[in-house]
Amino acid sequence: MALHREPCNELGTESLAEFEKFITALPELEEHAHALIIYSRLDSGFSAGADLRETYYRTQEMEKDAAAATVRESLERTHHVMNTLDASPLTTIAAVHGVTFGGGLELALTCDLIIADKTARFCFPELRLGLIPGFGGIPRLKRDLGNAVVRDLLLTGRSFNATKAQQIGLVSQVVGEGHGLRVARGTAAQLVKFDRRAAVAAKEFIKPIPYDELRREIEIFCELFTQPAVRSGLKKFVESTDALPYLP
Amino acid sequence: MKTQQQTIDEILDLAAAQFKVARENLSADDDFFKKLGIDSLQALSMLTRLEQHFNVELPDYELQGVSDFRTLAERIQSRL
Repeated sequence: MALHREPCNELGTESLAEFEKFITALPELEEHAHALIIYSRLDSGFSAGADLRETYYRTQEMEKDAAAATVRESLERTHHVMNTLDASPLTTIAAVHGVTFGGGLELALTCDLIIADKTARFCFPELRLGLIPGFGGIPRLKRDLGNAVVRDLLLTGRSFNATKAQQIGLVSQVVGEGHGLRVARGTAAQLVKFDRRAAVAAKEFIKPIPYDELRREIEIFCELFTQPAVRSGLKKFVESTDALPYLP
Repeated sequence: MKTQQQTIDEILDLAAAQFKVARENLSADDDFFKKLGIDSLQALSMLTRLEQHFNVELPDYELQGVSDFRTLAERIQSRL
């Protein structure tokens, strides 16, 4: 799956519709394929995460309840996509480089393996806007990493590089600049040598999907989204011409 | 242990190479956003390269308000 939306694969309405088409086709792919590689064709990076500008403009004129309902509907659909990818019997690999922020990191977290080229930079910036990650980030981080690390990444909202990501166990391999996809393909080729049923059984055993916590995350996100501070933070964000207005 | 001047020089070398700017046009007190013509996205890319080069971890909140090479070098120096 090649991500290709300028400027940095922001995840908005259009992307969501494409992801939904993809997961509709996934069962047929699963009959023939062993692995799914998700990567970006853009130099800027894997993904800058949720399209906050679109979210702001869609909801700015709405009353609080209508805005929350709009965001909830979008989150429900996005979670369905993310959960489907997470649960796929294929072995899934995210080959990431450059900006891998927020929803982009959450997409990578649905995968079984993350292979990062050394330009990759990861971040959960949501708390800087008064929000929490909304695409399943916290439950999946908790599943995969130690809680102290999760607190550090979420509560500081700091960005970190591929070496750090490997040290904390987020990334399985760090490769040279521009080599992520090649290494991901090599890893996928290795999987073909194994019995598919064993791989599927192993994945089911070692990668549980935290559905209850994922539901709770949607509730918390919607509750926070309608706070006045969040809406004013988003306004400031969309009015900025900076590429990443919430950083550093 | 590198001296601060060595750290500054290495930062300027790396920035010049990454953003294809003549090294002799860069100096320690330059505003790197203006001098290199970069945005926050590119600044993060520079930060990633600097972390790799100096083998340090530099949380970006420590760089809040930092826009000149000299202060950037001080922040890196404090982690060497």
